[in-house]
Amino acid sequence: MYRYDEFDERLVRERVAQFASQVERRISGALTEDEFRPLRLKNGLYLQLHAYMLRIAVPYGTLNARQLRQLARIGDVYDRGYGHFTTRQNLQFNWPKLKDVPAILGLLADVEMHCIQTSGNCIRNVTADHFAGVAYDELEDPRPVAELLRQWSSLHPEFDWLGRKFKIAVSGAPHDRAVLKSHDVGVRILRDPATGEIGYQILAGGGLGRTPMEGKVLRAFLPREKLLAYIEAILRVYNLEGRRDNKYKARIKILVHEIGLEAFRQLVEAEFAQIDSPQNDVDGEEFARIKSYFSAPAYEALSDVSRKLEEAQAQDEELARFVEHNLFRHKQKGYTALTISLKKIGQAPGDATSRQMRVIADLAEKYSFDELRVTHMQNIVLPHVRLDDVAEIFATLRAEELGEANIGLITDILSCPGLDYCALATARAIPVAQDLARHFADPRKQKEIGDINIKISGCINACGHHHVGNIGILGLEKKGAESYQITIGGDASENYALGELLGPGLPAEVVPEAIDKVLAVYLAQRQPGESFIEAYRRLGLAPFKTAFKEIADAVA
Amino acid sequence: MAAVKRPPLPVILVANDLLEGDVVFAAEHGWTLDPRVAKVARDEATAEALEAFGASESRQSKVVDPYLVDVELTPEGAPVPRHYRELLRTLGPSNRRDLGKQADYEI
Repeated sequence: MYRYDEFDERLVRERVAQFASQVERRISGALTEDEFRPLRLKNGLYLQLHAYMLRIAVPYGTLNARQLRQLARIGDVYDRGYGHFTTRQNLQFNWPKLKDVPAILGLLADVEMHCIQTSGNCIRNVTADHFAGVAYDELEDPRPVAELLRQWSSLHPEFDWLGRKFKIAVSGAPHDRAVLKSHDVGVRILRDPATGEIGYQILAGGGLGRTPMEGKVLRAFLPREKLLAYIEAILRVYNLEGRRDNKYKARIKILVHEIGLEAFRQLVEAEFAQIDSPQNDVDGEEFARIKSYFSAPAYEALSDVSRKLEEAQAQDEELARFVEHNLFRHKQKGYTALTISLKKIGQAPGDATSRQMRVIADLAEKYSFDELRVTHMQNIVLPHVRLDDVAEIFATLRAEELGEANIGLITDILSCPGLDYCALATARAIPVAQDLARHFADPRKQKEIGDINIKISGCINACGHHHVGNIGILGLEKKGAESYQITIGGDASENYALGELLGPGLPAEVVPEAIDKVLAVYLAQRQPGESFIEAYRRLGLAPFKTAFKEIADAVA
Repeated sequence: MAAVKRPPLPVILVANDLLEGDVVFAAEHGWTLDPRVAKVARDEATAEALEAFGASESRQSKVVDPYLVDVELTPEGAPVPRHYRELLRTLGPSNRRDLGKQADYEI
């Protein structure tokens, strides 16, 4: 895992001191709210529906036990004993007090964490595949690239005040688990088919929100050393050419859409040609230094199968289910990446209590080389677990209400906080997720439905990724009441697709029944082994729409 | 100058406390955390006065983002926001009845 050097340490400590002074001036009245707002946002501090909210950066979703324990401590001392893991691999506290935020930032700095650039019109926390460094299908660990980008983009003088926020994701595997095409810029590590050289495919112009756009390939292959110069060229073109007259149109996706991919590419390539020089190349030594922090831990030489686990599974049906759904194939024999579900039936997706955080931290230390990952699906991964240890880990998780065996199933629902917390939301999202999870709680039913995801947003800003949910739910206001639009066919993977609308919005209480109708079409018409999204691609929207119409008509 | 657009009467004044972030309501004197004792403006003049109070308190950095919210009155005379968003602000997260004003005041 990356460790701060003296520059990182100084930068973060200086920022804590600066923000402490800004808070002091705000409290004294020397700064007005209009003056203070952009400063607090630059430090991840929002004012939400009920209270302030502090968003803490978890760079590319990687944490160690000490950091998670510190988050638990902050939750206990300065918040309400829990935190919320977000769809961008960060953590949010929902109840901090303004006067306490400098102290919280100090505690974060003690464990090499901060809230810088988790909000505001700047380059946000860089996200990555949560199975980075361990996935069986990975070409290369994306975290060194993500860390390089984090360092490059932190307090970048030119890109610190952009027209809007700017999000970058990195993946090193052919299977996209980082939702690259929903990002302003996506970086995919790949091998040049012609030369075998490793480099990058650069995607640009993706985004969700009120105008969802699929990221497009800007450069099919970029040599490694050119990464920062090329991203700088993209950012500069966006910063200069992007709209600033309308904040909803100030994203790179709108620029790419309005001038066209080819024109945008020409501008970027022209800018890149201006700045491309050996001195602007990524410093090989520095990159090697960063990379050294992410070298594989000291794995033991183990067999592919664990008799111990097999025997334990035979005795325990719940463990067997957990093994079936919550383990991911590791590149190292005898190891697995174990996902801890933060989706216990009836729980708010992504919420974890301070106690649970401590339990998870202990497990990471004992069983996973002191490493953890936060997923954009709002779960936590222990990335390096011996198969032999899975039964013991599960026993601890089960005792702490963390043993839900539902990863990738219909109750593994992604949801933004919605109107229960968020000032921008137009409808609640968490209670819809809770109701759906309860509705589909039966493990046999979940297994029968198979691989599927439901993603819920409480407004068109789409923090709940509803556009790319196999089933997407968008909460809106309709005639003074909450109303939920349902889309299907969205896909966040390498088979990226935006969902299509089934029909008019429905009241929350009808949503589970409507989804039953949609699933009934799938269950009746699927072919052997066909997942929901595969069946949708074969069948098209029409049969689902017809089934949905029955319920929409009944409600209307 | 065009007339200021206000929500329909009766209204209460809602804001966030600067230091704590808590949702606060203008009361007969100063601010209260309890929505049930918020001062209710039943006429334009009182609504205007509430608004002026909010603006002044905001200038003095006591509260953030004050605005008027239209309410209905319970038989006991307590104000209840008409819109579900504002109603949630007076209660707390609906998935956590143990948090927020709903817990503090057993609303």
